[in-house]
Amino acid sequence: MKLLTLNFLTCARKACKTSAASFPLHPREAELEQVELDMNPQFIRNVLPRVEWEAMRSISQELGLPSLPDTAPGPEELADAEGGPTQILKDLHTLLMETTIASGKLLCANCGHEYAIKEGIANFLLPSHLV
Amino acid sequence: MSRPEDSLPPDLFYNDVESRKYTTSSRIRNIQADMTHRALELLDLQEPSFILDVGCGSGLSGEILSSVEEEDGGPHMWVGMDISSSMLAQALERDVEGDMLLADIGQGVAFRPGTFDAAISISAIQWLCNAETSDVSPEGRLKRFFDSLYASLKRGGKAVCQFYPKNAQQRSMITNAAIKAGFGAGILEDDPETKSVKVYLVLSVGGGDVTGAVS
Ligand SMILES: [Zn+2]
Repeated sequence: MKLLTLNFLTCARKACKTSAASFPLHPREAELEQVELDMNPQFIRNVLPRVEWEAMRSISQELGLPSLPDTAPGPEELADAEGGPTQILKDLHTLLMETTIASGKLLCANCGHEYAIKEGIANFLLPSHLV
Repeated sequence: MSRPEDSLPPDLFYNDVESRKYTTSSRIRNIQADMTHRALELLDLQEPSFILDVGCGSGLSGEILSSVEEEDGGPHMWVGMDISSSMLAQALERDVEGDMLLADIGQGVAFRPGTFDAAISISAIQWLCNAETSDVSPEGRLKRFFDSLYASLKRGGKAVCQFYPKNAQQRSMITNAAIKAGFGAGILEDDPETKSVKVYLVLSVGGGDVTGAVS
């Protein structure tokens, strides 16, 4: 699972919907894997305003990744004078699109439920009593 | 041919043998690809978008989303949900670029409000009408799905769901659940009145009927 996706996931339980603690989910015992992907600058430009930067910072910290700047890069920082990708854009690509959780768990801080991740796929099937 | 929906729940029906059959049958692949292209055409995305693939199966439609050329507004990034782990295993084998979740769409879509630009679903949402146990109803599953799908799309976002309604009653049950969730909805039929009729539920967040063809 890409860190981008983790930045949009919440706990699936109905009881957690209204709780701020159900986002972000917290990675536990995570095995990271870098998966190469073609850079898509326009996609990053489009999705970046939707990324919760605070959550991105805390997720990165919990995963032991280098710490991120206090605020999200602005759109003007993504392209250089010639319109080419800046180092900031390349770093965002590496972080959001290529850094993946291959296995581990995602913990909801509100209800304590853990979602297992295997082969990069998180199991969001809830037992019926938790739905 | 009997409808798979009538025999078993999808996680049991799409076991390893069925999943392989489904992914390797060139006839099914072609139909799936055609319907995905049609759904993309209806979504009319102008820029690389973040797309939810509901019932992504083995990633056939996802691969198409990933391969849309730049001049056609792509390539898109997608997250898929599917209840069948064998289908998702097939997708892993084919090294798809999107992310996938093992999830039951009848339990809802667990994403923050306004996450996706668009959603696509090929041959999946009729499964919502199957309720296997006494504590869940088709109505409850449809509501949970469409309410959360609506929330997960950004304002102005669109969803196109191709599905195989069992009958007129099921078709209106599904459409009504989408409308109740707040979607502007329309039904579009390709090859109507034929055996190969294709039904597309076209949904928009914050808009009326986008097909101009209300059922
Ligand atoms: Zn929770």
